[in-house]
Amino acid sequence: MTQQNRLQSGGRIDRSKPLTFTYNGKQFSGFQGDTLASAMLANGIDVVGRSFKYSRPRGIVACGAEEPNAVLQLGATEATQVPNVRATQQELFNGLVSASTNGWPSVDNDVMGLMGKVGGSMMPPGFYYKTFMFPQSLWDTYESMIRKAAGLGRSPLESDPDTYDNVNQHCDVMIVGAGPAGLAAALTAARGGARVIIADEQNEFGGSLLNTKETLDGKPAAEWVNAVVAELATFEDVMMLPRSTVNGYHDHNFVTIHERCTDHLADIAPVNQARQKLHRVRAKWVVLATGAHERPLVFSNNDVPGCMVSNAVSTYINRYGVVPGNELVLMTTNDYGYQAALDWDDAGRKVVAIVDTRASGCGARAEEARKRGLNIITGSAVIEVQGSKRVSGVSVAAISADGGKVIGSVTKLKTDTVASSGGWSPVIHLSSHTGSRPTWDDKIVGFVPGPTVQKQLTAGGINGQYDTAVALKQGFDAGQKALTETGLSAAEVVLPKAETLKSDTPMTLFHIPHIKPTSAAPKQFVDYQTDVTAAGIEVACREGYESIEHVKRYTAMGFGTDQGKLGNINGMAVAAKALNKTIPETGTTIFRPNYTPISFGAIAGRNCGSLFDPERYSAMHKWHVEHGAKFEDVGQWKRPWYFPQGNETMQESLDRECLAVRDSVGILDASTLGKIDVQGKDAREFLGRVYSNAWAKLAVGKCRYGLMCGEDGMVFDDGVSACLGDNHFVMTTTTGGAARVLEWLEIYHQTEWPELEVYFNTVTDHWSTLTISGPNSRKLLSELTDYDLSNDNFKFMDWKQMKVAGVPARVFRISFTGELSFEINVQANYGTHVWEKLFEAGKKYNLTPYGTETMHILRAEKGFIIAGQDTDGSVHPYDLGMGWCVSNQKPFSYIGKRGMNREDCVRPNRKQLVGLKTKDPKAVIPEGAQAVLDPKAPIPMPMEGHVTSSYWSANLGHSIAMGFIKGGLDKMGETVFYPLADGTVIEAEICSPIFLDPKGERQNV
Amino acid sequence: MFHIYCPHCAEYREEEEFHAAGQAHIPRPLDPEACSDKEWGEYMFFRKNPRGIHHELWVHAAGCRKFFNMTRNTQTYEIKEVYKIGEQPSVVAE
Ligand SMILES: [Zn+2]
Repeated sequence: MTQQNRLQSGGRIDRSKPLTFTYNGKQFSGFQGDTLASAMLANGIDVVGRSFKYSRPRGIVACGAEEPNAVLQLGATEATQVPNVRATQQELFNGLVSASTNGWPSVDNDVMGLMGKVGGSMMPPGFYYKTFMFPQSLWDTYESMIRKAAGLGRSPLESDPDTYDNVNQHCDVMIVGAGPAGLAAALTAARGGARVIIADEQNEFGGSLLNTKETLDGKPAAEWVNAVVAELATFEDVMMLPRSTVNGYHDHNFVTIHERCTDHLADIAPVNQARQKLHRVRAKWVVLATGAHERPLVFSNNDVPGCMVSNAVSTYINRYGVVPGNELVLMTTNDYGYQAALDWDDAGRKVVAIVDTRASGCGARAEEARKRGLNIITGSAVIEVQGSKRVSGVSVAAISADGGKVIGSVTKLKTDTVASSGGWSPVIHLSSHTGSRPTWDDKIVGFVPGPTVQKQLTAGGINGQYDTAVALKQGFDAGQKALTETGLSAAEVVLPKAETLKSDTPMTLFHIPHIKPTSAAPKQFVDYQTDVTAAGIEVACREGYESIEHVKRYTAMGFGTDQGKLGNINGMAVAAKALNKTIPETGTTIFRPNYTPISFGAIAGRNCGSLFDPERYSAMHKWHVEHGAKFEDVGQWKRPWYFPQGNETMQESLDRECLAVRDSVGILDASTLGKIDVQGKDAREFLGRVYSNAWAKLAVGKCRYGLMCGEDGMVFDDGVSACLGDNHFVMTTTTGGAARVLEWLEIYHQTEWPELEVYFNTVTDHWSTLTISGPNSRKLLSELTDYDLSNDNFKFMDWKQMKVAGVPARVFRISFTGELSFEINVQANYGTHVWEKLFEAGKKYNLTPYGTETMHILRAEKGFIIAGQDTDGSVHPYDLGMGWCVSNQKPFSYIGKRGMNREDCVRPNRKQLVGLKTKDPKAVIPEGAQAVLDPKAPIPMPMEGHVTSSYWSANLGHSIAMGFIKGGLDKMGETVFYPLADGTVIEAEICSPIFLDPKGERQNV
Repeated sequence: MFHIYCPHCAEYREEEEFHAAGQAHIPRPLDPEACSDKEWGEYMFFRKNPRGIHHELWVHAAGCRKFFNMTRNTQTYEIKEVYKIGEQPSVVAE
C-alpha cells in the first residue's frame, strides 16, 4: 500500500480520493484519476504478463491505446469477466479486480519459463506459416502448448449482466480526437453553427496537452482546454463524447464510436444505465485529429520490464504523478525525446544518462538538459539491456553516423529504467480503414494519410505535425473548411499562442546495432505482443519474402490485438534494411477496423436475447401454447410441430394425429403460408409467366396449384392460387419462401414487364388460415355455416365466400392431405374465435389439432412434395414427376421453360423423385441417406441418389419414403440399398411416391 | 455501410434498407426459345466482376420496394449515380 513511485504533488489525480484494486489477487491502492497502468506503476508492479512465444516477463511500455503488454483480464465475478483490456486505457475504480492473462500459472513464477525457452527454438519465425501450410501433425504437436501459453484473456462462462446500446447519429462534422487540433476544429465548427460530434478515447479532453507542462497564452494548457470544453458545452448541436474510441471509419463517412459509459465506475453498470454504447455516425465531414504514437527503438533485450517509450515516462510523471523508476537512461534520435529526462529530473529522481544517437543534439530541450548538467552521451546508443524481471543496467557504445554499426567500446551503466524515442508515427489507422493507402513522408519519417474518396480532413499529429501551434492552426483550418463545405459561413476563432521550442534534425534510425550480428545478438524486439524480433524479420527476408505484407504473415508481426501500433514501422525498417530497399518500397502498412478491441456487447446492443431475431406467431398461438404444442421454427415463425398428450412419445403423438385425420377430422394452423394479393388487369397474364402451368382459363371461384421455377428451369416454390375476380388473385407460397417470392414477382414486373398492369401486396399476416381435413370435415364445417357445402355446390378446387362462425370467410376446398379438406381463411383477428368454435362443434368428431410433422407425413403418404425439402434447386418439374404441372401450350415463354429444355435438363438418367418402400416395413430410412445399387461395392461407392422425405406411416402400418434415384421413373420395382453410418444397410424397392389412395377418391367425396 | 439515395423515395437512406440484386442491364431475351443453350447460359450465369465502375441493380427492400440502378466504383465504393429502371447510366467505365 505504499505507492513508492508516487510523487507528493502534481498530476491530474485526486489524492483525497484513494481507491483500492487487486491485481493477481493482491490488493493495491491508487487514486481517483489513475489508469490501472499508472496505479500499477505507482505501486512498483514491474511484470504485467509473460510474452506469447518466449514467455519473457513484460512490463508496461506505453500510456495509451498502443500498449502491447499490459493487456489484462478484468472482472470481480464470473459474469463480469472482460478480456483484452489495456491497463493504460482502463480508469481505476474502487474494487477493480484485474489479472494478467498470459502468464501460466503466474507471471512471476511460471512453469512455462522453461518451456518458453524451449518454445523459442521450437517456434522459429514462420512457425505459424509453416504450421498451417505443412502437415497437420505439426499443428497437433504444438496446439495445446500454444493455446495454454498464449491468449490474451478468456470469455466469461456466465451471461453478461450489463446492457449495451446502439445509437444512430447524424452530424455535419465528426471530429476524432480532442487534443489541440481536434479542439480547435470543434470550436471553429461549433461557432460556425455546424452540428458537431467530437469523440476522444480518454476520460477527459485535451489529448497531448494533458501530459505536458506546455503553456498556451502563457498559462497552463489545461486552462485553455477547460475554456474550450466549457464553451462547446453551451452549443445545443455539439455532442462531446469522452471515453469514446472511434473504432472504425467506413464507407460514405460512416463512423463507429465505442463509448465506455460506465467502465470507469464499477465492475457492473449502475441500474438502468448502459455499460457501453456503439454510436453509428453518418457525418458530412470527418476531421481526423488522432495524433501520433511515439516509436520505441529496437535494441537487445528492449523488452525487459523498465523499458518504456519516452513519452509514456513523461505522461506518467506529469499526468499521474508517478515516476516509473528510480534511475533513468534515455536513448533518443530526436530532440523531443529529451523531455522525458527533463521531467524525470524535475521529479527529483536520477537521470543516469541521455544517450543521443546523433553526433550532437542542440534543440531547446537538449540545451536545457545541458544547462542542468545532465549526463549527455552523443553519437551513441543503448545497445543492450541487462536484467530479467526489471532493468538492472545498460550497455552503451558509440555508433557510426548512419547508425549502422557499433564503432566504440562498450560502457555499462547501472539503471532501472530505459526510455527510448525513435520519433513519432502518425495515427493513420482510421484513414486507412476505407481502403486509402498511406503515403510515406521522408521529412517526418513516417506514413501519413493517403488520398481518399471520403469527405475527410486531417489536422495535427496525424499529418506528422507535432508542434502545438501547427496543430491548433490545422485544426482551425479543418473546422473552417468543413463549415464552407457544408454551406455554413466561416467562424471567428482566435487561437492561443503556443510556445515553439527550437528543435534540430532528428536522425532516421529504428534498429540499434549490436556488437554481434542481429542473428547472434540478444533478442531485439520489434513487436512485443507477437514476440517478433529483428532477427526473425531478417530470417523472413532471407527466406525470400520481399513484400512487408508477406513478411507480416510469415512472422505474425502486427497480428496481435494491438495491430502492431508500436512495432509496424520498426519492422518495415528492419525488413527494408535486410532487403536493401526503402521503407515505402517494401510496401505500406494497412490497418483495419477496429482500432482497439471492442466488446461483443457493444456491437450487439439490444439485439440479443429475445430481441436477437423477431419471432412471428399466428393469431392462434396462445391456444397452441395452452394446449401443450411443441413448436418448430420455420423461418421466423413458431409453428406447432405436434401436440403431445399425457406421456406420449413424439411418435405416439404423430401416430394419433395421423390416424385422427384419416379416420375423422384434424385441424392445422396454416396461417404462416405466404399470401400475396395480386391485382390488375394483367394479373392473370403475369401468373402465366411466373408459374410453369396454365392460368388463362382459371375461372373466378377456382383454385389451382402452381410450380414456380427459376430461369434455369429448377423449382423453387409452389402453392395454390385462387381466382377471386377477373383481375384479382391471391397466391400462396411456402412459409419460408414468401419474402423471396414477393421480391421475385416485383423484380420481373419492375425490370422486365413494366407494361403489365399488376400490383402485389403481402397479406400473410392479414389472414388466419384454419385447415380442417378428414372425412368428417364437411360435417364439422356445416355446423358453423349455412352455406351449401355439398359436393355439387362446392367442388374440389373451388373457393367460396361464406360466413363461418358468424364471420366472413374465404373457404378453399383444396387438400394437402388427400382427404376432404377445407381451408378456412378469416381476418386474422377472428382466427381464435373461429378456431374455438370449430373445437366446440368438433368434440363429437374427435377434432384433433395437428402440427407440421403430421402434415409432412400425411402429404408424403400422398406423394406431395414440399418445396425446399424434396427440391434443392437442382430439380425441374419433370424430375419431380410433375410434368402434368407444365404447360407448353402457353404463348409466352414462361420463366423456367427455356431453362428446363437445356441439354443437361433433358438428358436421360437425371435424378428423379420416386417412392421408396423398405423391405423391412418397420425400417425408416434416415433422410439424406445415399442410395447405391451394390452395398458391397468398394468405397467410394457410386451413388445413385438420396432420400428427401422419410416417415413412419401409422395409417399404412409401414414406413414410407421419397427420394431421388438416377433414372428412377423407369426403375419401378427395382431394388436400391442405403448403407448407413453405423454399418447397417436398408434395402428398399423403387415405387410410386403415392402410397395412399392413388386415384384421389378420398378428397373428391 | 453505404448511404444510398433512392430515386423513388428521393431521399438518402442507410444501406440496411436495401438489397443488391446483381448486375444491371441484363434484359431477359425477348424470344428465349430462339436462344442457343450457350446464349441462354450466358444470360443466366455470366456476370461481370469489374474493378472500378460497375452498374448494379438494387432494391429498396425495406422502403418503397422499388428497383433502381446504381453506378458504383467497386474499388472505392463511391456511388456515382442512381437511375431508374429503363434509364441509361451517365457515368460509364472508360
Ligand atoms: Zn425508395
